[in-house]
Amino acid sequence: MKQKQKYIAIFLFLLPALLLFVGLLIAPIIMSIYYSLFDWNGLRALDPSNDFVGLKNYATLFNQRIQFGSALKNAFILAGLSVFLQLPFSLALALALGKKIKGERAFLSIYFLPVLISTVVIGQLWLKIYNPEYGILNTFLRALGYDGENIRWLGDQSIALGSVFVPTLWQYVGYHMLLLYAGVKGVSPELREAAKLDGCTDWQVNWNVVIPTIKPIIKVSVIFAVTGSLKSFDLIYVLTNGGPMKATEVPSIIMINQLFKANQYGIGSAIAVLLIILCFFFAILIGFIFKERDIYGKK
Amino acid sequence: MEKNNQVNVEQSSLKLDTSKYHVRKTNKGLRVLVFVGLILWAFINLFPIYWMFTFSLKTNEEIFGENVAGLPNEWKWENYDTAFWGKGGRDKKAAGNIDGTEEGGFQLPKIIRQFINSVIITVSTILISIFAAMMATFAMSRIQWKLSKWAYAMFMLGLTIPIHASLLPVYKTISSLGLLNTYTSLILPYSAFSLAMSILICSGFMEDIPKELDEAAYIDGAGLWKTFIKVIVPLMKPALATIGIYTFLQCWNELMFANQFISSGDKMTLPVGVQQLSGQYLTEWGPIGAALVIATFPTLLVYIFFSKKIQDSFIAGAVKG
Repeated sequence: MKQKQKYIAIFLFLLPALLLFVGLLIAPIIMSIYYSLFDWNGLRALDPSNDFVGLKNYATLFNQRIQFGSALKNAFILAGLSVFLQLPFSLALALALGKKIKGERAFLSIYFLPVLISTVVIGQLWLKIYNPEYGILNTFLRALGYDGENIRWLGDQSIALGSVFVPTLWQYVGYHMLLLYAGVKGVSPELREAAKLDGCTDWQVNWNVVIPTIKPIIKVSVIFAVTGSLKSFDLIYVLTNGGPMKATEVPSIIMINQLFKANQYGIGSAIAVLLIILCFFFAILIGFIFKERDIYGKK
Repeated sequence: MEKNNQVNVEQSSLKLDTSKYHVRKTNKGLRVLVFVGLILWAFINLFPIYWMFTFSLKTNEEIFGENVAGLPNEWKWENYDTAFWGKGGRDKKAAGNIDGTEEGGFQLPKIIRQFINSVIITVSTILISIFAAMMATFAMSRIQWKLSKWAYAMFMLGLTIPIHASLLPVYKTISSLGLLNTYTSLILPYSAFSLAMSILICSGFMEDIPKELDEAAYIDGAGLWKTFIKVIVPLMKPALATIGIYTFLQCWNELMFANQFISSGDKMTLPVGVQQLSGQYLTEWGPIGAALVIATFPTLLVYIFFSKKIQDSFIAGAVKG
C-alpha cells in the first residue's frame, strides 16, 4: 500500500514535466519522422497509402534545386569557425579576466551585453553596418583610404557567407566567455600557487593547470557551439534569408522555406529529422573525444 | 567564516614561502598588450550599440554623410514618435489620418504592446518551466525508485534536441486546436524546450540541500508533498534566478516559432514586431534606430542595475550543471 502511494506520488511529481516533454518534444519528433516518409504538401489530409515515398525525400534534398548539401557545408563551416576561432578567443578572454585584472567586472559586463540584446536588433543593426552606400563599415574603410567600389558585404556572393558569420560569432563570444570564466574562477588558488612554485610561467599555468581542470566546461561549450551552429537561424534570417543566390543558406532556412513557402511538408520534415540526428551525433562524438583525452589518461 | 579565515592564513603562508623561490613574473609588456586587447574588444562590443543610439536621433542626411559616427547635431526625437505611432507620429495617429480610420479610446503603441507580449510569454515560460522542473527533479533525486536515473537521462536528451524538430507537428496541432495567434501557442513549446536546462540546473542546486532535512521532515510526519512544499521549495530560491536567466535567453530572442505561430495581430512578440517594422521603414534609418533602441532599452536598463546578479546566476548555472 505504502509502495503504491509512493509510485503515485512519483508519477504526479513527474506529470507536468512529462506532459511537456512527451507532448511537445517526443511525440512531434516521431511525427516528423513519419511525415518525412511522405510526399505531402500539407494542403490536404495525408493519405498514407498513396503518398508514401519511403526515403525519397532525403534523396531529393540533395538535388540541384534544393542544394541541401551546400547549406550543410555552410553550417559545418560555421561550426568549425565557432570551435576553432570563437571558443579559443572566448577562452583567452576568460583566462585574461580570471586573474584579477583591473576592471574585471566592467569587462565581463560589456562582453556579455550582446548576448542579452535581441538577435533581431543585432541583425537589423548589422544590416545598417554592412549597408553598401551608407554603412559604417564602408565609411570607415573609405576614411582609411579605400577608394574602390562600394563593397556589398551581404550582396556579393563571394563574401556574403563570411559577412553573415561575423555577427553570428561576435554575439555569442560573451556567452562562451562567461561559461569558461566560471570554470577559470573555480580553479583553486592553491593549485595555481603550486604550479607557480614549480616555476611555471602564467602561460604554462594556464595551459597545464587551468585548461585541463576546466575541461568539462570546455566540453559543454564545444557542444553548444557545434549544435548551435547546426541550428543557427535568427541572424541569417534577418540578414540575408539565405541569399544572394543561396550563398548563405543553412539547413534551418531551407527547412522554413520548404515548409511554409513551398508547402513541402515531407521535405521539410526530412530536414528536421536530419538536424536531430546530426545534433545527437555531434553531441555524442564530442563527449567521446573529451572522454578519451581526459587529464588522467583514463575514463 | 572560520573556515574562510583558515584558508586565508594558509594562502598567506604560501605566499611567504614563494618569496624564497624564484617565481617567474609575467612580462610587463605582455600584460599591457593583453589589457589593450581587452579594451579594444570592449570597444568593438560597445560601438555598434553607441552607433544605434546616435543614429536613432539623426536625420538621414546626418547618418548618410554629414555626421556618421558623432553625436547627433540636432536631436531628432520625431524618430521615436514615428517608431511608437507610425508615420506622422502621435498627432496624426490620434486624428485618424493614418489609414482613414477613427480609433476609439487610448491605444498603446504597437511596439510597447509587443514588448509587453514578450514579457508575458517569457515570464509565463519561466514560471511553468521552474514549476515543472522542480517537481520532476524532486521526484528523480529525492525519492528512491529504480528508473530515476533513466528518467533523468531521458530529460537530458532535451538539451541536444533542436527546437526546429517539432516546428511542423506542433504548428499543425496548434492550428487545428485553433490556438494560433495566442500566447499559449508559444508558451507551451518554449516551456518544453527550456525544461531540460531547468532540470539540469535544479538538480545541481537540489544536491546542495542536505538529505537530512528530508529525513527530519519525514520523522516529523510530513509526507512527500509537504516535504516538497515546506522544505525543498523555500530552499531552492537561489536556483530561481539561474533558471530565469537561462530560460530568458532561450525565449526572449526566439524568432522561428514566434514568426510562424503569431504572425499578426496584437499578440505579436517583440522580435517579430521589430522585424516587420524595419521592413516598413527600409529607407528611413532614424525610425528603425529608434525602434531598435526602444526594443533594447528595457533589457539594457535591467542589465545595468543587475549585471552582477545576472552574471552570477549565469555562472552558477555553469558550475552546477
